[in-house]
Amino acid sequence: MPKLEGIKKVLVIGSGPIVIGQAAEFDYAGTQACRSLKEEGMEVVLINSNPATIMTDREIADKVYIEPLTIQVVKEIIKKEKPDSILPNMGGQAGLNLGMELSESGFLDSVGVKLLGTSAETIRNAEGREEFKDLMERIGEPVADSLLVEDVDTGAQFASSIGYPVVLRPAYTLGGSGGGIAHDEEELRTILSNGLRLSRVGQVLVERCIAGWKEIEYEVMRDSLGNCITICNMENLDPVGVHTGDSIVVAPSQTLTDKEYQMLRTSALKIIDELGVIGGCNVQFALNPNSFEYIVIEVNPRVSRSSALASKATGYPIAKVSAKIALGYHLDEIPNAVTGKTYASFEPSLDYCVVKIPRLPFDKFIHAKRTLTTQMKATGEVMSICTNFEGGLMKALRSLEQHVDSLDTKEFSSHTDNEVRDELHKVNDRRIFAIAEALRRDISMNEIHDITSIDIWFISKIKNIISIEKSLKEAGEKLDADLLREAKRIEFPDTYISKLTGLSEESIKNLRYEHNITAAFKMVDTCAAEFASETPYYYSCFDGLNEAKGESEKKKILVLGSGPIRIGQGIEFDYCSVHSVWAFKNKGYETIIINNNPETVSTDFDIADKLYFEPLTPEDVENIVRLEKPVGAVVQFGGQTAIKLTESLMKMGVKILGTRAEDVDAAEDRELFDKILEECSIPRPKGHTVYTTDEALKTANMLGYPVLIRPSYVLGGQGMQIAISDDDIREFMGVINRYHQDHPILIDKYLMGKEVEVDAVCDGKDILIPGIMEHVERAGIHSGDSISVYPAMSISEDIQKVIVDYTARLARALHVVGLINIQFIVFENEVYVIEVNPRSSRTVPYISKVTGLPIVDLATYAILGESIRDMGYEPGLYKKSDYIAIKKPVFSFEKLRGAEISLGPEMKSTGECLGISKSFNEALYKAFEGAGIDIPKYKKMIISVKDADKLEAVGIAKRFKKLGFDIFATKNTARVLNEHGVLAIPINRINEEAPTLMDLLLEHKIDLVIDTPTHGDKLKDGFLIRRTAIETGVTCLTSLDTADALLTSLENEDDSIMSIVNLGDI
Amino acid sequence: MENNKKKAYLILEDGTVFSGYHIGAEKQVVSEIVFNTSMTGYVEVLTDPSYAGQAVAMTYPLIGNYGVNYSDMESDKAWPDAFIVREIADVPSNFRCETDLNSFLTEQGIPGVSGIDVRALTLILREKGTMNGMITTDENVSVIDGVDSHIKGTGNDYVINKLLPKIKDYKVQGVVKRVSSKEIKDYTPGDIGSKKCEVKRKIALIDVGTKKNIIRSLLSRGNNVRVYPATFDAKEVIEYAPDGIMISNGPGDPSECVDIINEIKVLKDAHIPIFAICLGHQLMALSHDAKTYKMKYGHRGANHPVKDMITGKVYISTQNHGYVVDEKSFEEGIVKPWFINVNDKTLEGLIYEGKNIKTVQFHPEACAGPLDTGFLFEEFEKMMER
Repeated sequence: MPKLEGIKKVLVIGSGPIVIGQAAEFDYAGTQACRSLKEEGMEVVLINSNPATIMTDREIADKVYIEPLTIQVVKEIIKKEKPDSILPNMGGQAGLNLGMELSESGFLDSVGVKLLGTSAETIRNAEGREEFKDLMERIGEPVADSLLVEDVDTGAQFASSIGYPVVLRPAYTLGGSGGGIAHDEEELRTILSNGLRLSRVGQVLVERCIAGWKEIEYEVMRDSLGNCITICNMENLDPVGVHTGDSIVVAPSQTLTDKEYQMLRTSALKIIDELGVIGGCNVQFALNPNSFEYIVIEVNPRVSRSSALASKATGYPIAKVSAKIALGYHLDEIPNAVTGKTYASFEPSLDYCVVKIPRLPFDKFIHAKRTLTTQMKATGEVMSICTNFEGGLMKALRSLEQHVDSLDTKEFSSHTDNEVRDELHKVNDRRIFAIAEALRRDISMNEIHDITSIDIWFISKIKNIISIEKSLKEAGEKLDADLLREAKRIEFPDTYISKLTGLSEESIKNLRYEHNITAAFKMVDTCAAEFASETPYYYSCFDGLNEAKGESEKKKILVLGSGPIRIGQGIEFDYCSVHSVWAFKNKGYETIIINNNPETVSTDFDIADKLYFEPLTPEDVENIVRLEKPVGAVVQFGGQTAIKLTESLMKMGVKILGTRAEDVDAAEDRELFDKILEECSIPRPKGHTVYTTDEALKTANMLGYPVLIRPSYVLGGQGMQIAISDDDIREFMGVINRYHQDHPILIDKYLMGKEVEVDAVCDGKDILIPGIMEHVERAGIHSGDSISVYPAMSISEDIQKVIVDYTARLARALHVVGLINIQFIVFENEVYVIEVNPRSSRTVPYISKVTGLPIVDLATYAILGESIRDMGYEPGLYKKSDYIAIKKPVFSFEKLRGAEISLGPEMKSTGECLGISKSFNEALYKAFEGAGIDIPKYKKMIISVKDADKLEAVGIAKRFKKLGFDIFATKNTARVLNEHGVLAIPINRINEEAPTLMDLLLEHKIDLVIDTPTHGDKLKDGFLIRRTAIETGVTCLTSLDTADALLTSLENEDDSIMSIVNLGDI
Repeated sequence: MENNKKKAYLILEDGTVFSGYHIGAEKQVVSEIVFNTSMTGYVEVLTDPSYAGQAVAMTYPLIGNYGVNYSDMESDKAWPDAFIVREIADVPSNFRCETDLNSFLTEQGIPGVSGIDVRALTLILREKGTMNGMITTDENVSVIDGVDSHIKGTGNDYVINKLLPKIKDYKVQGVVKRVSSKEIKDYTPGDIGSKKCEVKRKIALIDVGTKKNIIRSLLSRGNNVRVYPATFDAKEVIEYAPDGIMISNGPGDPSECVDIINEIKVLKDAHIPIFAICLGHQLMALSHDAKTYKMKYGHRGANHPVKDMITGKVYISTQNHGYVVDEKSFEEGIVKPWFINVNDKTLEGLIYEGKNIKTVQFHPEACAGPLDTGFLFEEFEKMMER
């Protein structure tokens, strides 16, 4: 059947800022869906508050609204744009919830807008706990027994009726705090009473415990005629108990017989058919490893993180097909874009093994609890493809970029055998390494299985890796071709073989080439080679014949992707990579992309001319370079991941396009950079490079505290800290030196001024600055965590001129061709440079969108030799927009138990949203709204500030008082406030007698906590207060500047209708 | 570790030699090489009688992961001449696992080769069509030329002069008689792992290579099943007065089965509802004087979409056939197409006009594969109720 009648204009809802659990996958899905709709001639209107996305590009949708994802805003857009239908299932849970609310309130009906795809009723049946349970019971599909209780006795009664252990999940506590597994009634009573107290609604779910079962997922698809297919199934290496987003996952399932596979497949299809899902859907199962018993864990009637993974694992474009199905097409009418010959109504067959490993943020939050639970903590993930599982695991490990190229991290090497056994009991991101160490110690596979419940099949594969490790160690310099071939078959990198054998990497490489042990590239074609395919989507292996053809008529450009999403390196870099690919394509080049992140647009098979899904290490990249022989590579768009490969690429003889490597180095190398600054007569805060703690102490004392301390060559301020004492220096040097540092450590005088940032395009001669951005928070808070305002509001014309001038001087001195990002501090009317990055930055998508300047494209053309004037632009600062755009960072602290939330020089935010308006106040209000900061409910707040902030806090408190807030404060803060005539109620510290601050928070009547941390107060009151606030869903600000901005937003809150801004009108 | 194993080769009739390691029984075989794209269900594939006379290569690279459970067997033994895989699991894992795959192959007398780049093999078969091949551990074989000679290359003179003639000579012949049961057997609900239930009907099953799950699917729906060997006498079947006749799947070239086709000509006019699967579907077409032809590389896998031409619905089916019925070869008015393959539009099912006969090319009994078309057994029940 052809598509539905009368659909001409579709509103697509995006997923908003990136948070843990809702990340880049929705940019991928949304972008694919929009392109798919446009292919059908639809006019597409898009709303998403996240400016870092590709979907919010003017090329992707006809109308783009970067506005807060609220009911009010979506209603306004519908009224203005008058779409005939709305597609809500591409924007994750956020998008789906909005669509539901619009539909259920009757609004959509009242304006005659159709909900495309899965119906509201279906969504309710799938998402509502009770509705879902009822439906499953009706169709005879098993779910875990559970009961929502409000008191301990009912819980205990229910638990004994279903049998221990039971899982306790408090309702409405973020991050799963207060929950846990109870093995007996005593444990239940303790956990349950605590959970009831922590829950905002005083409810806890008591559920049968199925921890240790196999966790299996099916990605399924259904069209409006009821045709159902499975795209892919996936098996979690980590048994039930760890969120699938935090698990190591393989596709397809490895340990299921056909009977089990088909049993679950049939169940999944029955469920979506019964629900009446239209489009893609994810069904999660727990399977008893010792019987055919299974339980349906969850159904997600929308595209999801798992569906992005399944799309990349199979080559089947789930979002694209879902969008077509939403328009009314049937599966057998939609061509399979991969083969070009078959149709979407078939099930992909894989002839390789896919491994996904989550990227967890514990390197950023060293104090956060590493335990993995049913609350997802990963910020991103990597995927690898290989002909065997061992190889897939090895490739994925090195794709993580966590200083690991194997299963040997040495972290357990000095443990006793029993300590290693203890590590096996800990369910965390280190467990896979602990298993490897246990196998190294000859702890039996059965014992490891008994402790971890991980299937023996996986353990046996890890054991294969360990035995090759041993063989290589034994062989040493006598390494022969057979062993080397076997080691490469399971993807041991040369670096690791070198470490094990003592041979140099160079001689291993030579031995490999001598025996033709080289990587071959195989195609991902959805059909296990059954049909000829055109898609140039490849992975490497060492035990097969090469299929990728290196010859081409066109000149080839290699674009390096940015790897897994992590704090400090998010989708902004994917945005840049994709845009540069498009720009090169425009100019007639053949583009090749290498990346390993399944959540991104860049790894969609129709972005570049060729896609290699591979780790981004020198060896893996070299394999591709040997085949493809590109005329050059661009590294400036792929974040630090790509920059790090510069030197290796040059050694391979690949020309680095744009800014030269020496100049990139000059920006990072302290001495070279100081020289350049001196030549340009640009001041910077005083500082020095050091290698040892002693040197660091000497430098710090010479400069005078406070000082800024950080490793060089990092992104996102990794490891950066403000030190105010010798003790701090010692602690921070210790933390930085946990990993071997190839580069020196920088120590600078810390100036607490206004921070300003620019991105610029340079053609080698002239520069073009799209705009100057100003940070709301004072210097010292990472730029990625600061609220950023474009155009700069409080910087005088003169200072702006200085900034433009400095930018031009620096770009020229560094011979920048392409992009440059510079951060300045304006301190006592003097402009200082604090950081220069001759590459793309986090703010590139943001500034591109609000100024309308396609700066990645311009940078790419500059790299190809065009001048700014040729491109039709006047060098210098681009004209100021009539609109003000305010970027607000968004954090995921509630997901990371034990993480310190106070802001500092190390970046902690996971995403951002934008507020755009002609008025500053409205833009600010939109930014807070978009970040989900919804304040006045009880009009009660807590203020606790460090001594240095106390006087400044008076003004802030006064303004809150004026807005009608009751203020509670710690004793000293209260005293200062009261002394200055602001009524504040003093409250006891946690260890004093009740009621204390903690009790106040747990009454769930506080809207806001302002707590500026005293340095090093972890484990003290401040830390506990901040954590408790976050875990009970209370907004907590740790900078007075942020509080000031929030006040401005609240003071100007106006219930009248907000303006909405179509990006195209800017 | 693979390099402790004995070298083995897969030699194709075009002279290509794949190098791998020996698995299973120690013997040299010549066979027709086919590939199967199912990701699970290697036990079911190995014990499917339709593979008699062929050597099966699995495109999924990790085979043997869950070992072998004897109750998953689709017949009493494994049938392919040889088994070709990329990697065979050393440590199988499943709660029902009784033995590992290598031991099973050995015990079943089936040789095999692992360490083969099955994707490269599949590309050859896809481009050039199904061809014969030899699986051998003959030490005189060696691979010449080719930079990746440890994976694939051209055979040496020994291969060209001594082995290729033998390989080219091979033809799949007489396989139906080999796989069919030798005598009449009776089954009743509850047998061979089927559901115990009230007996409502009796069915004659013509076994031209049946999988157990066809019998089981009939039993579980309240049918007694009498299984007739391929050498059946149509009159005898009619005398038994079954409520319906099922003609099973099976191996080989259908046009070779002249005797069986003649007997089916008698059955088709006996006014007994008939349902036929796979080879049975082809034989029924031939008994109506239609034609079959050999496909380039056939359909073997668990992901084939078939479209019901009456309802427009699409189902994912298990398939295993190298021959297909030529729809155009029927005289007008005899049949109407029931199912077609969504990928290549070939015929997948027929409804015989004016008769109570329906046939499908794919496998509603699944095993291995999706259970989507299991409802066709209910369709057969409806045919019998009429």
